Amino acid sequence: MEIKFYSGNIAAAEGAMAAGCRFFAGYPITPSSEIAEHMSRRLPQVGGVFVQMEDELASMAAILGASWGGLKAMTATSGPGFSLMQENIGLGAMTETPCVIVNVQRAGPSTGMPTLVGQGDVMQSRWGSHGDYETIVLSPSSPQECFDLAIKAFNLAEEYRVPTILLMDESTAHMYEKVVISPPEKIKIVNRKKPRVTSEKYLPFKPGRNMVPPMACAGEGYRVHVTGLTHDERGYPQTTDPEIQEKLVRRLCDKIRKNEAKIRDMELHYMEDAELALVSFGISARSSKAAVNHARKKGYKVGLIRLKTIWPFPEPYFENIADDVDKFLVVEINYGQLKYEVERNVGKGKVYHLPKFGGSVHTPEEIYSRIKEVYHGD
Amino acid sequence: MEIEAKQHPMDKYLRADRIPHIWCPGCGLGTALNCFLYALDELKIEPDNLAIVSGIGCTGRIAGYLNVDSYHTTHGRAIPFATGLKLAKPDMKVVVFSGDGDLFAIGGNHFIHAARRNMDMTVLCVNNYNYGMTGGQLAPTTPLEARTTTSPYGNVEHPFNLCHVAAASGAVYVARWTTLHVRRLKESMKEALNKKGFSFVEILSPCPTAYGRRNRSPTGLDMMKYYQEHSVIKHGIDPSEADIEIGGDIIVGKFIDIEKPTYNEEVEKLIRKARK
Repeated sequence: MEIKFYSGNIAAAEGAMAAGCRFFAGYPITPSSEIAEHMSRRLPQVGGVFVQMEDELASMAAILGASWGGLKAMTATSGPGFSLMQENIGLGAMTETPCVIVNVQRAGPSTGMPTLVGQGDVMQSRWGSHGDYETIVLSPSSPQECFDLAIKAFNLAEEYRVPTILLMDESTAHMYEKVVISPPEKIKIVNRKKPRVTSEKYLPFKPGRNMVPPMACAGEGYRVHVTGLTHDERGYPQTTDPEIQEKLVRRLCDKIRKNEAKIRDMELHYMEDAELALVSFGISARSSKAAVNHARKKGYKVGLIRLKTIWPFPEPYFENIADDVDKFLVVEINYGQLKYEVERNVGKGKVYHLPKFGGSVHTPEEIYSRIKEVYHGD
Repeated sequence: MEIEAKQHPMDKYLRADRIPHIWCPGCGLGTALNCFLYALDELKIEPDNLAIVSGIGCTGRIAGYLNVDSYHTTHGRAIPFATGLKLAKPDMKVVVFSGDGDLFAIGGNHFIHAARRNMDMTVLCVNNYNYGMTGGQLAPTTPLEARTTTSPYGNVEHPFNLCHVAAASGAVYVARWTTLHVRRLKESMKEALNKKGFSFVEILSPCPTAYGRRNRSPTGLDMMKYYQEHSVIKHGIDPSEADIEIGGDIIVGKFIDIEKPTYNEEVEKLIRKARK
C-alpha cells in the first residue's frame, strides 16, 4: 500500500494507468490539462502511448481506434471539448467500443468560466450525442475517488463495451488530498471478453453474457467489420430494416439499463431514518455531507444519497426509498438537471432544489439553511 | 471447375457476401478498389496484418467490402481513428481509404496534422470533385465554375489542390493518378504501401451520376475520355504547379518521395528514453 498526495486530476490519471490504460489522446483544456500533462510524462514510463491531437474530435476518434487496436484508452477534457467529443462518443456507443472519457466540468454554457467549477454536464454526459444509446457515468467526490472510480470506469467500459464517462468537476480535480493506492495485485481489473470461437463462426455483434458481444480487435485474425451504420450481428450495414434497427438499439440501451443494479454505486449517509434526503454528487456532495452532519446534531432527521453512478440512474432505489422518505433536496451546481431525474422517480415525494450556477461551490451553511426551510415547509 | 472459373482472383480480399456494391454505373470506385486489391496481392500483404479505415461517403463504403479488419467511422474522422489504431498496433499496415469531401473538408484538419506528424499510414483519396453520396453538392475540390447541386450558377470557390496540401503539410510520398491510369495507379499504391510514414495518393475518379451529367460529361466513358485527352504525366513536378482547372491539363505522376522519421519511430524512441 502506498500513500500519495494527489490532486483529483493526477489521481484520475494514475487510476487509469492502474486499471491498465496504455493509450491517451487529448487536447489541452482547463481545468483538465494536468491529466494530459501527467499522462505525457507517465504513460511512456509504463510503455504506453501519449499523443496530443489537433482537437477533441480527433482525440475521441483516436481513443476508439486505439481501443480497437486492443489497448485500454482514455481522453480527458472539459465542457467545450466534451461537446466536440459527442460525435465519436456516439460512434463508440454504436460500435460498442470500450473507452473512458474524463470530463472535468467547468461553468458553462459555451466557454463560460474556464477556471471555475460547474456541474452542468449531467444531461450532456447521458445523451449528448444523437440517437438512442446509454453510457455509464461516474462522479467522484475526492482525489481518492478519482483514483478508484477511474479504475472502475475502465472496468465497466470493458465489461459492457461502452464509452464510460468519469464526470469530475473543477473543485475535485484541483483539490489535493491523501490517496491510498492498493498494491496492483489487490486492484480488481476487468478485461473485455474475447471470442472463443473460430473466425468462421464468430458473429462480432452477437450478444453474449449481459447482452455484450465478445470483442475481436484488429490483427487478431477475425477480420471484423465495424461501422457506425445500423448493422446486423455480422457487423454488416443494414440501413433500411427497422427490425434490425430495433434489435440493435434496444440491446445497446438495455445492456446498460437492465444491468443498472450491478453498475449502481452510491454512498448512503444517515439514510436509515431520514425524513428528508439530500441527493448530490461530486464536490456538491461534500458540502451536503457537512450540512447533513450539522443538521443531525441539531436534531433534524436528514440523510444524504451521494451518487457515484449518475447514469444509469438508480431508478428502482429511488422508487423504493420514496416509500419512507417524504422530501428530497437535490444539491447541484446547475439550474436543475439531476433534479428532474429525482422528480421522475420518487412518486409523491416532494423534490426541492438548491441550484448554483457555476463559479462557486455550495457552502455547508447555505445548504443547512435550505434544509431547515424544506424540513419545516409544507 | 466451372464454379472456380467464376471466382474473381481477388475474392480472397473481399467480403463476397456483400457484393453487389452500392456504387453507380460509370463510377470509378470499382477501378480504384481493383487497383488496390492487385497492389495488395502483388506486395503479398497478409490480410490479417492490414486494417482499412474509412470515413463517410461513397468511398467510405470501401471498408465494408474488404475482408480485413475494417472500420467505417464518422465523417472526416478516419485519419484520427487510424492514428489511434496504428499507435496501438504499430506492426499492422493501416490504410485510410476515403473521399475528397471526407478527407479535405470535414476532415481537413486531421489530414494536415497527420501529415505533419508523419504518422505511419497510407491515405488513398478518391477525388470525384463533389459529394456524390448526398446528391452532388459542392466539395472543396470542385473546380471553379463547375456546376453542382449547391453551385447551380457555377462554383465561385477556389478548390484545394490536394497534392499541394499533402506536400505542404509534410507527406513523404505524394502522387496523383486517374482511374484511367490503372497500371500506374496500382504501382503508385504499391509504392505508397511500402513507404514508411505518411503516404498519399490522389485518385481522380469519374462520378457521372452526381457530377458528370451537370458538367457536360454525362457518362463514365465521357469522363474517362476527358482524362485521356487532358492528362499529362509530370513526375517530380512541384505539386503547387498541378492545380486542376476545367479544360486545363490534369497533371498526374509521383510528385514527392522523401525520407523523414515517422511518428511511430519517434514514439518508440521516446518510450525507451522514458523507461531508462
